Amino acid sequence: MGDLLVMISVFVLTFAFGYAVISRVPPLLHTPLMSMTNAISAVIILGGLLLFSSETTGVEKLLGFAALVAAAFNLFGGFMITDRMLKLFKKGNAPFDLRR
Amino acid sequence: METGLTLGTDFLIILLLLLGFFQFRNPTGARRGNFTAAFAFLCAFGLVIGRHGSVEPGLVLGAILLGGALGWAVAARIQMIQIPAMVAFQHGAGGIAACLIAFLELTRGIGGTGTTLGEVSGLLGLIIGTATFSGSMIAGGKLAGLMKQQPVVLRFHSQLLAGCSLAVLLVGGIAGQAEPHALVACLLILIGVSVLLGLLFSIRIGGADMPVLISFLNATAGLAAAFCGIALQNRLLIACGATVAASGSILTHVMCAAMNRGLTKVFMGSVSKQRTGPREVLNIKEKPILSDTGDGGDGFEYALSAARIAEKIVIIPGYGMALAQAQFQVVRLARRLEELGKSVKFAIHPVAGRMPGHMNVLLAEAEVDYEKLVEMEEINPEFPGTDLVLVVGACDVVNPAAIAQEGTPISGMPILMAHEAKVVVVCNMDEKPGYSGVNNPLYEMARTITLFGDAKESLNRLLAAL
Repeated sequence: MGDLLVMISVFVLTFAFGYAVISRVPPLLHTPLMSMTNAISAVIILGGLLLFSSETTGVEKLLGFAALVAAAFNLFGGFMITDRMLKLFKKGNAPFDLRR
Repeated sequence: METGLTLGTDFLIILLLLLGFFQFRNPTGARRGNFTAAFAFLCAFGLVIGRHGSVEPGLVLGAILLGGALGWAVAARIQMIQIPAMVAFQHGAGGIAACLIAFLELTRGIGGTGTTLGEVSGLLGLIIGTATFSGSMIAGGKLAGLMKQQPVVLRFHSQLLAGCSLAVLLVGGIAGQAEPHALVACLLILIGVSVLLGLLFSIRIGGADMPVLISFLNATAGLAAAFCGIALQNRLLIACGATVAASGSILTHVMCAAMNRGLTKVFMGSVSKQRTGPREVLNIKEKPILSDTGDGGDGFEYALSAARIAEKIVIIPGYGMALAQAQFQVVRLARRLEELGKSVKFAIHPVAGRMPGHMNVLLAEAEVDYEKLVEMEEINPEFPGTDLVLVVGACDVVNPAAIAQEGTPISGMPILMAHEAKVVVVCNMDEKPGYSGVNNPLYEMARTITLFGDAKESLNRLLAAL
């Protein structure tokens, strides 16, 4: 039961701290923020790792593989697209090609 | 196994993750923040492998390489206008992964511990993950233009939704009590009704309400991961899921506030169409001073002379601009006006776009200095002193009816106070009302010049003449 108590408090505390920190993110960055948290929600990939830390049946292998693929898609895609977006935010007038 | 050391390392990784969010408070640090979060992830990954090992390293590596390469390839090619659709589909990927993991863990008896809380969490993770998956697929389909953007309202939609929720609870309860041999069948039925729940929930939401839906799905994807984390007794999973849920909740709240619509109103799809003109209420029946335009009556010459004499200019971009891909023309015009010694700013409404902050990314892509992208609260006091407002493809977010008239779908929604500027030039496709269906009295103001037609063309004409 002690374990469960720890887990509930981990949830409540990180939610509260996360809420406090994320409230300070300016609206300017809300799209990259969502795209990064989207990547973080792929943390379920750890569940996939845990699944394969013990012996698995054929069906479990198949479904676990699918879960890992989906989570990895979310994970890599999420961090990558966030980085691409954040690279766009520049200060000052960058050299701009008027013929474009 | 449970020692102070493992607790400590988990704690450090969680702190690292929160640091990543902390670095997100300004654009210069945000990129580092993204790397920090990714690094925290890598550590978590290594930690789980290190602690628990893997009996199928080849399978795991292959799956991650395959999924990662796919994700990487899509992310490298996607255009900024498609970001909302991409994010929605990724929410879906996270959802289906959570659903599969929860399903497998439930059939295996929750890692051998089989506690009640673990089982309930697993069931919740399964339900939320599945509904997030189907809901996100609908949202992504709508955002990618693969299906109709408009809300689809079935007969007895609310009753269907309520019935579906009830069915989910019922089947979930039965699955919780089920004998091992009946469990798989119960879980499969549960997945079925959860898929239906997500579908029914999402199809009723469309158009300008998409930012709320996508933020909400962001939160539920995190929540699903957190519940799976409780079922698996993994603190890192719980922590990451909880921060995502927090972020999604914040964004959902911000989007609802920006439209002055309660969450239930958005989800119940109550967009009552209302088409009476609110001109009388606004009392803007000024004598038209710009009616006789002398160049075919499209007001272009007036717009041009207004742009020539204006000192302080504010540009209001809307989703119509993004759809017309006119942001590059807008930015070129802004640059030209700046060269002529004028002050140019962009006023960004929180819901200008299809996800929170989307407009900022589109303009950043068009190489606008992010310091010129000004938020609504900050720019609104400046409108009375503004010589010229250029509205490009925006309607509801500058509709004074929202603040002057009661009983419209947008009443009470905070707007950009464009009508307070000295001259307003509107470059929109047509005179049709925006998504809300409320006529925009801004167009009828004497100080407003409307350039209907393709915004790109109007802007290019202005640019050529300046």
